[in-house]
Amino acid sequence: MYGVIAEISRWAIPFAIFFILLIASLKGLQVFEIFVEGASEGFATAIKTIPYLVAMLVAINIFRASGAMAIIFKLLSPLLNNFGFPAEVLTHALMRPLSGSAALGIATNLISTHGPDSFIGQLVSTMQGSTDTTFYVLALYFGSVGVTKYRYAIVVGLAADLTTLIASVYIVNKIFG
Amino acid sequence: MVNYIWLGMIIFSIVVAGINGNIEAITKAALEGAGEGVKTSLHLISIIAFWLGLMRIAEAAGLIQILARIVRPLTRILFPELPRDHPALGAIIMNLSANILGLGNAATPMGLIAMQELQKINREPKTASPSMCTFLALNTSCLTLIPSTIIGIRLLHNSSDPTSVVGTTIFATACGMIVGVSVDRLMRFIYRVQGR
Repeated sequence: MYGVIAEISRWAIPFAIFFILLIASLKGLQVFEIFVEGASEGFATAIKTIPYLVAMLVAINIFRASGAMAIIFKLLSPLLNNFGFPAEVLTHALMRPLSGSAALGIATNLISTHGPDSFIGQLVSTMQGSTDTTFYVLALYFGSVGVTKYRYAIVVGLAADLTTLIASVYIVNKIFG
Repeated sequence: MVNYIWLGMIIFSIVVAGINGNIEAITKAALEGAGEGVKTSLHLISIIAFWLGLMRIAEAAGLIQILARIVRPLTRILFPELPRDHPALGAIIMNLSANILGLGNAATPMGLIAMQELQKINREPKTASPSMCTFLALNTSCLTLIPSTIIGIRLLHNSSDPTSVVGTTIFATACGMIVGVSVDRLMRFIYRVQGR
């Protein structure tokens, strides 16, 4: 099963390019012209996200470097320990929605210290793979169209992240615990 | 709300750094964060330009609309307010498919295209529309069949079974997705009742 999915992933993009160009050319479209026209908007779209990403990443970086994040961790860790949640993995759990690269760094470090097949190794692998960098995605996607009022999007994103976290602990305990 | 979170994070951090005698870390961290933001956006130029070009062809050939029609049974439930066969639906489905297959580089440009399409029919351009919130709920909690990055790291550290976490990952992310979509429904309802 895993092999099949991996194979689909490998072929998906080359196939999409081939298929789109094939159909377009059969319809007699000027593919080169249309491509260039679409691609010329890429620069403006990417540049538009700069202020939003800068704002978000500045706040996250300050939060980490100042030690403020460590204080929040200390407040939360006794609470989470009650749920059978190992303290080592907590930093990763809280970092995951904020910074993808920092969370990956923590996961890599835990895997090399505890071993990939240890309980902590399996748990942090599951957590890394199952959630996204919610704050970054929101800043990027809303930023690209100039939306500054996110309404309830953060609440929804964090509710999903929290559920994923609890589900990861549950299933890893059940299967590898 | 993002206003208060942002403000709170920065003010709290500066106070903590001041008390801990770590105040010089603030300026350095702020500038590093800014640099990281600019670098990420610049890196996006190449992949966004490529995919916007290709998607423009797909749209001109009518493929995005066909895709939107195929997945209509699903999108009619998730996005009842969107017009039938709206191009945003095609882009949303392509973004989610790329996410599911673990193709991050393709997923982001598709997502941005979807946002642009949704913004065209947004009545208040500065405020997130309900469709945008639902899309981002799906996007951030989206199922990944192959967490390829973490499998690579496990392989690197001599795991006896690097792909053993595929099943647990799918379970965890499926739970997150269900709750994400449910909370989105609930928030839609609450906001509608309050007339916001």
